Amino acid sequence: MMEIFDIYLLEALVNGILLGGVLALLALGLNLIFGVIDVTWICYAELVMIGMYGMYYLFSVYGLPYWVAAPICILLVAAMGAALHFLVIEPLLGAPPINQLLATGGVLFVLQSFATVAFGIDFRNLGIRLPVLALGEMHFSYARLLAFGAALIGMVAVYLFMTRTYTGTAIRAIAQDRQIMALMGVDTKKIYLVTSALGGGLAGLAACLLVLQYDVHPFVGLSFGPITFLICVLGGLGNFVGGFVAAFLFAEIISLGGLFSDLEWGYVLAFAFFIVMMFIRPAGLLAKRS
Amino acid sequence: MNKQLAWGVGLVALVALPFVYRDPYHLHILVLILIWSFAYTSWSMMGRFGLVSLGHGGFMGVGAYVTTLLWNHLGVSPWIGIPAAMLCAGALALVVAYPCFRFRITGHYFALVTLALSGIVLQIIIATRDYTGGSLGYTPERTKGSHILALQFDDKVVWYLIALGVWASGLAVWYWIDRSMSRYAMEAISEDEDAAAAAGVNVTAEKLRITVISAVMTAMAGALYGQYQMFIAPDTVSGIAVSLQMVFAAVVGGIYVALGPTIGAIITIMLAEVLRIGFGTKAVGWDNLVYGVLLVVFIIFLPKGILGSLLDWLKSSGKQKNR
Repeated sequence: MMEIFDIYLLEALVNGILLGGVLALLALGLNLIFGVIDVTWICYAELVMIGMYGMYYLFSVYGLPYWVAAPICILLVAAMGAALHFLVIEPLLGAPPINQLLATGGVLFVLQSFATVAFGIDFRNLGIRLPVLALGEMHFSYARLLAFGAALIGMVAVYLFMTRTYTGTAIRAIAQDRQIMALMGVDTKKIYLVTSALGGGLAGLAACLLVLQYDVHPFVGLSFGPITFLICVLGGLGNFVGGFVAAFLFAEIISLGGLFSDLEWGYVLAFAFFIVMMFIRPAGLLAKRS
Repeated sequence: MNKQLAWGVGLVALVALPFVYRDPYHLHILVLILIWSFAYTSWSMMGRFGLVSLGHGGFMGVGAYVTTLLWNHLGVSPWIGIPAAMLCAGALALVVAYPCFRFRITGHYFALVTLALSGIVLQIIIATRDYTGGSLGYTPERTKGSHILALQFDDKVVWYLIALGVWASGLAVWYWIDRSMSRYAMEAISEDEDAAAAAGVNVTAEKLRITVISAVMTAMAGALYGQYQMFIAPDTVSGIAVSLQMVFAAVVGGIYVALGPTIGAIITIMLAEVLRIGFGTKAVGWDNLVYGVLLVVFIIFLPKGILGSLLDWLKSSGKQKNR
């Protein structure tokens, strides 16, 4: 009896890590936007949702192979990210931060209802069923393993971009000091656009991976959007490493909580953990206490 | 003096309305507008001082579900159940808000912590589906005909008068706060917390007071909505979508003026109804599409909302005439 229990526990632990990979990817995109532009995109998960629809149409309706559809989808969402910045955030850059938050909340409504109007409320999926990997008595889906791997590669690519290229260095510099960089001859407007496109691209990548595991419908964003924010806040908004750690912590809580009871209780536990942590470490998990 | 007269005449006209005109559909829309106006007004009490809460969907859910659960499982009349639910929401607000204010969680962070709160309430309602009906929704047990004890009335006129009374009392609370010292304290806090604290304002206590009042009123709106509709579902009375809906309607109407949230409720509900009637089932999604676009446009171009901007414009054009 005890042995079976341990295997389930181990399976839940590993599944938690796999889930954490995708959550970390989502958190990375959001953190990037926040760290550089100092704006929270409440509608971030809805960009992912649109990306998932993009994948559905490219793959299932137009019949493109997955490996061709994925880059197109990533570019599409990246363009949407840039458009979001250009149309909504740029006019509000001088406004109180809470107005920016609410405006992206409006975009959330727009994207959700746009999907409802354009695609209907049916659940759709690609119809790819990836095999399940059996390791002893534990079962892991290839879709999750693939998502985890791709998420890691995506994060490494972003890291290299941020540290090895001029644009990446400029982005990091702006995150440190907004005013000075303009004086140093960096075109802030351009950097903001690039960052937004990059954040959108990460959302697109997440969409390509999530669409393998979940059905897409107009409200799918609500099922992982809030968690993504909480992860970013828990890690400290704009803190990449903190977001990474928090993503795995959260994924484990959800996965293990779901093991002992219903999945919803996993979420309840994770949310409660978040609120408690906010009181203990308001500036994020890895913040230095002043 | 003129202003008071206008208020009085307006109120009398509103009370007299159902006795003159009693089309059930229009009364139904009016009741919905009044109940939601009350909820939006409650939200704006915090919102106008820069405390942007995305947790009000949670408070509303607590109000609706505690009242209905007490009635269905324990047979407790809503007359006791609603105050109990309000108490629960107040306690919840205290538990979450006190540490927030104590540890200076403001702005973005406050919005996101309260977002977690409405997420928790939604998930708990779904997780305890054996009692609450989960995501399929929940119905208060019916008594036959109208029963004062069960707070169930078949006559829409009764509901209209109840909703009107509650809405008016919400406005009264707004004015009470508007004229109290709290308002000045809160305005100082929203400008600069440290400066306000240095000037002798008890920042935590002031914020806490306004938060609890707002949460308790929102819970009452939730309970009333449940009693009136006789059906509650996690998606319609709790969760992040409801929180955002409140923020949206209040912002469109204008959060800095008393009647702003009411105007917001009128606009949003009328818009949804007109689209629903005009397009039928094809309208699914269109109302939110228009809402969303409006919300973005409003925040960019009219951050004070429709009524707020209108009043400003009237004031400034009045001044020009006087010159």
